[in-house]
Amino acid sequence: MKWLERLTAVAAKEVRQLSRDRITIGLIVGLPTMQLLLFGYAINFDVRGVETAVLDQARTSLSRRLVADLGATQVLGEIRQAGTNRELRALMQQGEANIAIVIAPDLERRLAKGDRAALQILVDGSQPALENVAAGLAAMPLLRRHGASPAARPVEILVAYNPEKRTAVQIVPALCGVILTMTMMVFTATAIVRERERGNLELLITTPVSTAELMAGKLLPYVGIGLVQTTLILALGYWLFDVAIAGSLVDLYLGALLFIAASLALGLLVSTIAQTQFQAIQMALVLMLPSILMSGFMFPFEGMPRAAQWIAQVLPLTHFNEIIRGIVLRGAGLGDMRPELLKLCAILAVVLTLARARFHKRLD
Amino acid sequence: MSVAITARGLARRFGAKWAVAGIDLDVPRAQIYGFLGPNGSGKSTTIRMLCGLLVPTRGTVSVLGHEVPRESEVVRRKLGYMTQRFSLWDDLTVRENLEFMCRVYGLGRAEIRERIADRMSRYDLAGIAAQRAGTLSGGQRQRLALGAATLHDPELLLLDEPTSAVDPQSRRDFWESLFELVGGGTTILVSTHYMDEAERCHRLAILDDGRVAAEGEPKALARDIDAAVVEIGEIDFAAARRSLAGLAAVRSVAQLGNRLRVLLPRGTPEPERLIRAALADGNPGAQVVRVGASLEDVFVAATRLRGDASSPGRAA
Repeated sequence: MKWLERLTAVAAKEVRQLSRDRITIGLIVGLPTMQLLLFGYAINFDVRGVETAVLDQARTSLSRRLVADLGATQVLGEIRQAGTNRELRALMQQGEANIAIVIAPDLERRLAKGDRAALQILVDGSQPALENVAAGLAAMPLLRRHGASPAARPVEILVAYNPEKRTAVQIVPALCGVILTMTMMVFTATAIVRERERGNLELLITTPVSTAELMAGKLLPYVGIGLVQTTLILALGYWLFDVAIAGSLVDLYLGALLFIAASLALGLLVSTIAQTQFQAIQMALVLMLPSILMSGFMFPFEGMPRAAQWIAQVLPLTHFNEIIRGIVLRGAGLGDMRPELLKLCAILAVVLTLARARFHKRLD
Repeated sequence: MSVAITARGLARRFGAKWAVAGIDLDVPRAQIYGFLGPNGSGKSTTIRMLCGLLVPTRGTVSVLGHEVPRESEVVRRKLGYMTQRFSLWDDLTVRENLEFMCRVYGLGRAEIRERIADRMSRYDLAGIAAQRAGTLSGGQRQRLALGAATLHDPELLLLDEPTSAVDPQSRRDFWESLFELVGGGTTILVSTHYMDEAERCHRLAILDDGRVAAEGEPKALARDIDAAVVEIGEIDFAAARRSLAGLAAVRSVAQLGNRLRVLLPRGTPEPERLIRAALADGNPGAQVVRVGASLEDVFVAATRLRGDASSPGRAA
């Protein structure tokens, strides 16, 4: 049984080495725990609290009751009243409302006659899973109680920004952020840790190059790479999947630049903690998983519990998803995206400060 | 004599272990100063503290008149450092590595061209200029590393075991280059565990277990050695070793070819007689001669005999 002896020798050596890698040991336990908690608690297909705008053109006691009833379902969250159609559109474009309900001026008459839709539900097609929400609302017996004739179909659902309901339209812009998150963080983290592993860093830090110069110099090429990737994804999205960019390209690239900077800063922070490239990749993974799961890329943001939504706020991808969906699909400008831009700037500033504080021109 | 490096009570602790346990240094300018010591004696840690890579746990360091680590950034402009491991970029060519280092040191374009041309010819790099550093031989890498460390004409060169991966001829050439640099006024601090290299230094500190066990010029160290050295020939080695093991005064026995070299405390009266008497049983015809100490004897005496007094367990 010589082979068994050799096999167990190799396995035992592997286990011994693993047990001495503290970060890896932490991740062996931490990754599945995190994943389970995320999937179990944060990911929820039952969407609740969707931000809604209502344009009540009827202004009758029935229409008000209707709005109150819709609010009571908890599927809809904060309900904003829009005065005009234009206001309603603006709320959706800025992402303040993901669903809009338009109540016809002659609500009662339409309900009674049942020939035309009394209610129009406008869904933001750039967000995942919202259309199901609208369908659910339409199927509720509310309206029947309020006097709609049984034969009538009193609710009409319109999908805005993605009228053909193509998945690619939702996926391509969001995928841009996901891909950038993955590459930017892993690239920078491993690029710096590789120099540490090979001993280059020990030489570099005894030269007059300053910490800021070193950090900026290491990051700058990856900013370029990030912009190239952005271009590639959007160009392929346009040619292969017909996803056109509704907003301005300049706005889009400025938003992407900010997001790339934030992702690179996170990679830099990882590089100040990880000792080996292997550890760096794993730590980047720890940041990537919640980014993908909780940023509203795959699952509706509104479906997540409060705590998960708070966590999602510190992930750059959450805000970038808003920005790129707004610009590419809804034709929004950066001005419409001010809160998201500010949050990205704040994340960038905090992460850079942390990385700068941890990055010494020393070995200890 | 002007001084390049002064250290007082320099110490560094990693966890519970003192890698450097309080050393004083005075390294004169324009000389080669050697750190001789076994692995783990604190050579690398000391060098890293001198260039500000590690912060001392205790003690003070002044390098080229600047206090380290407070003024590390100033010192770094005047300092060249060759790490123990080759630390230039394997995936850059020889020329690219040199250019990069020039630019990091902020040299101007004309200067860069002139310095690179000079180092290429001086360290015989012209023929491999376009070769990636990862494909170079040990000797070539070392010449490249020295060329890179001297691009900015540093006043002080710190070399951490620069010749550990290099063949003897390359080592000779390397030391020629060092003397050339010293001739130009550069101060060099070099760590080594080779005796022949230590002998070439102007001054030497023998490090052992984080302390300076002996310090001085190599010749003076050998002359003032705290031990008597005796060589024994024409013997049956196994029997002689058995006989000597019983002798309390014998501090070290080493075989050199067909002779045994024995170290005894300096004050031992007539060491030859003592040894002849001890060998009388097994080796009555033994030739026993008192000889002058070599640097290796100094090293053994400094690292073993001293250790004897403070920690008896280490003598073996």
